[in-house]
Amino acid sequence: MSTQPLSNQPRPMDFESGSMRRNTARRSATNYFVSGLCILATVLVILPLVAILFYLIYKGASSLNLAFFTHIPAPVGEVGGGMANSIVGSGIVLFLASLMGIPIGIAAGVYLAEFGRGKTLATAVRFTADVLNGVPSIVMGISIYSLIVVQQKHFSALAGGVALAIMMVPTITRTTEEMLATVPHAIREAALGLGVPKWRTAISVSLRTASPGIITGCMLAFARVAGETAPLLFTAFGNQFWSFKLSEPIAALPLQIYVYAISPYDEWHRLAWAGSLVLIVLIMVSVTLVRIFANRGVLKGGS
Amino acid sequence: MSSTRMTPERESSSPLPVPSPLPQPPVASAADATPASVGAALSPIRDFLSKRGSGSFADNSFAAVMLLCACSIFAIVLFIFVILVVHSRLSLIQFGWKFFTRQAWDPVSGDFGALPFIYGTLATSLLALCMAVPLALGVAIFLTELCPRVLRAPISFLTELLAAIPSVVYGLWAVFVLVPLMRDLIGPFLYKILGWTGFFEGTNFGVGLLTASMILAIMILPIISSLTRDIMNAVPNSQREAVLALGATRWEMIRIGVLRNSRIGIVGAIMLGLGRALGETMAVTMVIGNHPDISKSLFAPGYTLASVIANEFSEATGDLYLSALIEIGLALFLVTIVVNAIARLMVWAVTRNAPARVN
Repeated sequence: MSTQPLSNQPRPMDFESGSMRRNTARRSATNYFVSGLCILATVLVILPLVAILFYLIYKGASSLNLAFFTHIPAPVGEVGGGMANSIVGSGIVLFLASLMGIPIGIAAGVYLAEFGRGKTLATAVRFTADVLNGVPSIVMGISIYSLIVVQQKHFSALAGGVALAIMMVPTITRTTEEMLATVPHAIREAALGLGVPKWRTAISVSLRTASPGIITGCMLAFARVAGETAPLLFTAFGNQFWSFKLSEPIAALPLQIYVYAISPYDEWHRLAWAGSLVLIVLIMVSVTLVRIFANRGVLKGGS
Repeated sequence: MSSTRMTPERESSSPLPVPSPLPQPPVASAADATPASVGAALSPIRDFLSKRGSGSFADNSFAAVMLLCACSIFAIVLFIFVILVVHSRLSLIQFGWKFFTRQAWDPVSGDFGALPFIYGTLATSLLALCMAVPLALGVAIFLTELCPRVLRAPISFLTELLAAIPSVVYGLWAVFVLVPLMRDLIGPFLYKILGWTGFFEGTNFGVGLLTASMILAIMILPIISSLTRDIMNAVPNSQREAVLALGATRWEMIRIGVLRNSRIGIVGAIMLGLGRALGETMAVTMVIGNHPDISKSLFAPGYTLASVIANEFSEATGDLYLSALIEIGLALFLVTIVVNAIARLMVWAVTRNAPARVN
C-alpha cells in the first residue's frame, strides 16, 4: 500500500462529465436554496416589527387625545382620564436615574480608557460591566427593594431612580470606553505637550472629542431604561394621583401601561395603547436622533 | 542650573524650545513643573510656573475618583449578591438545596419549591432559542453576505428598532394580538399537524408556554442577530477570497469561510440571547398564564422564575414567602451571571483584536 506508484497522479478533470455537472447543479441549487432561506428569515423578522408598529399606531393614535396628556387616570367606569401624572412621574424617575447613573458610568469609562490600559483591574471591570448588563431587571428591582424600600418602609421615587441608575451604568461605561478609544493619541499628546495636566486633558480634550459618541451611549442607555417596568414594580410602585415628592410612590408610564394592559376594562386598554404609543415614540425619536448624530463629528483615525 | 533651562521632567513632556521673552501665557493650566531653585534671575515663564505649584495632587485625585467609579461596578454586583443572600436566608435555611427540586408552591401552608418555575423558565427560553436562532442566523448572513448595499442600513436599523421596543409594549401586543391568533389560528393548526406528539394537548387558552416562547423569540432575535453580524464582520476578507478562489459557491464560502471561523462567537451570541430570555419578565408574565404546574403540553399555562417574582412579590405575606421569592431572585441572578460570563468570554475570544472589515 505504501508503495503506490508515483504515476498515480490526478487525471485532468473532465468538467463536462455527467457526475461533475450534477455536482455543480447540486451545489448551486443549495446555494440558491440557502440564499432564499436567508431572505425568508429576514422577511419573517421584519414582519412582526411592522405588525407591532402598525398595530400600535393604529390603536394608539385612535385613542390619543389632549386629555391623555393633561388628566390623571379616571376611576373605573368613567370614560376619559389620561396619564399626565405617569408621564411626569417617568420624567422625574428618569431624571433621577440619569443624575446618578450618567456621571458614574462616564467616570468608569474614563478610567477604563485613560488610566486602565492593559491593567488586569480594567479587564475585570470591563467584564463585570458586561455581566451586570445581562442581570435581569427584576433582580435589580428586588435588591433595591430590599435595600431602600425595606429601610424606608415605603415605596419611593428615589428607589425607582436608583434601580434604573444601576441599569444605566454598564451600558454607559462600555460605550464611553469604546468612544474614548477612538480618540487619536496625537490629540492627547498635543495637549500634554502644551503642559495641560492629565485630568484636564481627559476632560477637555479626550471627552470633548468623543462627546458625540458618549452622548449616543447615554441616550441609548436612557432609551433602554425608559421602557423598563420590572425594576419599578417594587420600587416606584405606581400612583394614581399627582406626586412630586421623591419619598412617595410615583407613577411611571411603563408601570401604568402594565397595570392597564392586564386589567379587564376596555377604557383602560385604550389608555394602555395610547401610553405605549407615546412611550415608543419617545424611545424611537431618541434612538433615531442617536443614529443621525452617531456618525457625525467623531474623529476618524483611531488610536 | 541655568535659569533659562527647564527641569528634566518638563523637557521630556514638551520638547519645544521655550522663547524667553514671551509674556505670561494666557492659558493658565501648565502646572506640573517643580521649581528646583527660586532665584532672582528667573524668566517670566519660570516665574509663572513656579507660582503655579504642582499638578500631581489634582491628577492623582482625578485618577482616584475615576478608579472609585470603576470599582463601584464591582460594588454593585457584590451588593446585589449580598443583599439577596441576606434577605433569602430564612428560606435558604428552611429548605436548603431541596428548594430547587420541590414542586410545592403553597403560600398558605408555607411550603415552597422552585421546580415549576425552573421548568417554565427553561422550557420557554429553550423553545424561544429554537425559534430565534435559525432566523437570527439567516438575518445575519443575509445582512453581511447577501444583502445589496442599499438595503443593508435600513434593515439593520429596523432590526435594531426591534431591540428598542420596551418589553411591556411587546407584552401588550402579545396579549391583544398574539394570544387571540394563537387561540384561534396557530393553536388548532399545530394540534392538527403535530397533535400526535403529545406536546399540543389539552385546552388551548391562547396563553401558555408556547405563546410566551414566541414573544421571547421575537425579543431576543435582534440581540442574537446584531451580535452575530458583528462577529461575522470580524472574519477577515482574505478568508472569503481564499474559499471563493477554490471555486466555492457563495453558500460554501459562507459555510466554510465565515461560519466555521466564527462558530465560537456565534455560540456566545446565542448564549447572550439565552441570558436575556431567562431574565425577561414583563412580556412573559403577561402571556404565560401564571400557573405553577409542570405540564408536557405547550398549550398549558406555566410560570417562570422572573414572572413569579413580578406577580407575587408585592403581595407576599409572611417572611418565609418573601424570602422564598428572593431566593428565586438569587437563583436567577446567579444563573444569568454564569450564562452571561461564559457568553462574553466566547464573544470576546472571537472579536478581540479583530480589525473591522471594510465594506
